[in-house]
Amino acid sequence: MTTIISVSNLAKTYASGFQALKGVSLDIREGEILALLGPNGAGKTTLINTICGLVTPSSGTVTVAGHDHLRDYRAARELIGLVPQELSTDMFETVWATVSFSRGLHGKKANPAFIETVLRQLSLWDKKDSKIMTLSGGMKRRVLIAKALAHEPRILFLDEPTAGVDVELRRGMWQVVRQMRDNGVTVILTTHYIEEAEEMADRIGVITNGEIIVVEEKAELMRKLGKKQLMLRLGAALAAIPDALGTYKLELDADGRALTYSYDTRADRTGITTLLNAVRDAGLQVTDIETRQSSLEDIFVDLVRQSQ
Amino acid sequence: MNLAATRAIYLFEMARWGRTLLQSIVAPVLSTSLYFIIFGAAIGSRVPEIDGVSYGAFIVPGLMMLLLLTESTSNAAFGIYFPRFTGTIYEILSAPISPLEIVIGYVGAAATKSIILGLIILATASFFVPVRIAHPVWMLAFLVLTALTFSLFGFIIGIWADGFEKLQVIPMLVLTPLTFLGGTFYSLNMLPPFWQNVALMNPIVYLISGFRWSFYEVSEVDVRISLAMTLGFLGLCLVVVWWMFRTGYRLKP
Ligand SMILES: Nc1ncnc2c1ncn2[C@@H]1O[C@H](COP(=O)(O)OP(=O)(O)OP(=O)(O)O)[C@@H](O)[C@H]1O
Ligand SMILES: [Mg+2]
Repeated sequence: MTTIISVSNLAKTYASGFQALKGVSLDIREGEILALLGPNGAGKTTLINTICGLVTPSSGTVTVAGHDHLRDYRAARELIGLVPQELSTDMFETVWATVSFSRGLHGKKANPAFIETVLRQLSLWDKKDSKIMTLSGGMKRRVLIAKALAHEPRILFLDEPTAGVDVELRRGMWQVVRQMRDNGVTVILTTHYIEEAEEMADRIGVITNGEIIVVEEKAELMRKLGKKQLMLRLGAALAAIPDALGTYKLELDADGRALTYSYDTRADRTGITTLLNAVRDAGLQVTDIETRQSSLEDIFVDLVRQSQ
Repeated sequence: MNLAATRAIYLFEMARWGRTLLQSIVAPVLSTSLYFIIFGAAIGSRVPEIDGVSYGAFIVPGLMMLLLLTESTSNAAFGIYFPRFTGTIYEILSAPISPLEIVIGYVGAAATKSIILGLIILATASFFVPVRIAHPVWMLAFLVLTALTFSLFGFIIGIWADGFEKLQVIPMLVLTPLTFLGGTFYSLNMLPPFWQNVALMNPIVYLISGFRWSFYEVSEVDVRISLAMTLGFLGLCLVVVWWMFRTGYRLKP
């Protein structure tokens, strides 16, 4: 897969002296959906804004389809659409005017048919002549997305696109993002809804304190860092784990009626068969079996905790 | 050049102006007309001619200049300050446009507005007083040059300002007094020699004098000096704007 954005050793120290990015390196692949996760103040917005030219980097380089984002900024920026985190809109403009303006800013010829498609896709068509100040927060967010799409970018940055958007519309937005990806657009999004990343992303990056601590295929990340647990419910309470089962790292719950076995899904042998045989040999009666896999959320919380 | 972007900014700004046409045009036309009625028609009839020009006609270039300076400055300042204030400037700064293209869009729009206003004032004035234009080409040249220069100046203020009050401070507290003192209503030759020399430290004197020369061929200072002063200030503003974009001053953290 080809790399469309390459960030290397990017650092940003704000005028206040605060270092928001500490040498970030990241390759974004063409056509993927990359989700950036991280706690408040981790540096997600700083990273995106630096790539898009809104924040001047202190050091490091960014190339967009091979173009340096500072030296060759025209070629780089033509490819990018940005939906910022803040809801900054021209309150007195109509939806149609502001979206058309965005297209013009990128030097593209007017194309009303295309803008109509974008507005329809985002369910904004019936609002096209409304002033932006009369729209709800979620609609304004979609106007910003329409503005970012107006010039047919190949790369789309969405900084918390679904903050403050209701569940139904959020699903609609996911639909739009998938459609973008199907059209070959690379999408980079940040979010605090982990299920959103789980649902949408091909790859996931986790940022804390200005550093990327992991970037991984979503499935791989969950397999690598995810734990699986097998819980055996017992017919009769145990006072302690029987000696015969001592070699397995089991946990007995407080009332002695459940044994929990944690195992690594990557291992060739998970040890489940031998465990179950040992349980039978020990004469324990099992009334129920449950398995549980850690979610992306668990993984994220673990990662962030570890890095602190 | 991304001329489409410059065009988009220019048209966007002009459309914003179009929506507030009433206050944008009627207010300055009304206040300037009052000057003509009071100073030109009423009081002017009792004031002797200055350098062979009737008083009412004499004040026309100065009043046009007053309007040009304040409107260019505040229009351009507001034009760039507003997107900074609302945050929509993100879009300009992340678009494939050069600083020059941005400046042409905003400053061009602000200058166009004040040129249109200036011409409307001129037309209004000719209703009240006998206006004569000896050098129309020079008149237009001064008009355009001044509008551009002070729109650029306003653009700088709009980037520098960190609150709405600061947008008003310079036009109200600096430009208006300097224009009044710069010979809008009188000829410098009417002042005692000491005050004449003081007045010559006011750069606006040169603008008004040059502009008035293009009307009546009378001037307090050599018209070439007027032209040079205007161009010099234009150059200075260009350098400041160039520096602002280069360093990202108040535009990019
Ligand atoms: N203009 C600025 N000047 C000084 N510090 C800043 C500036 N912008 C951001 N910061 C600081 O940089 C850090 C990273 O901010 P950033 O907005 O990138 O975080 P984020 O990961 O996007 O957070 P959130 O999830 O809350 O949006 C924060 O500590 C923030 O206070
Ligand atoms: Mg953020």
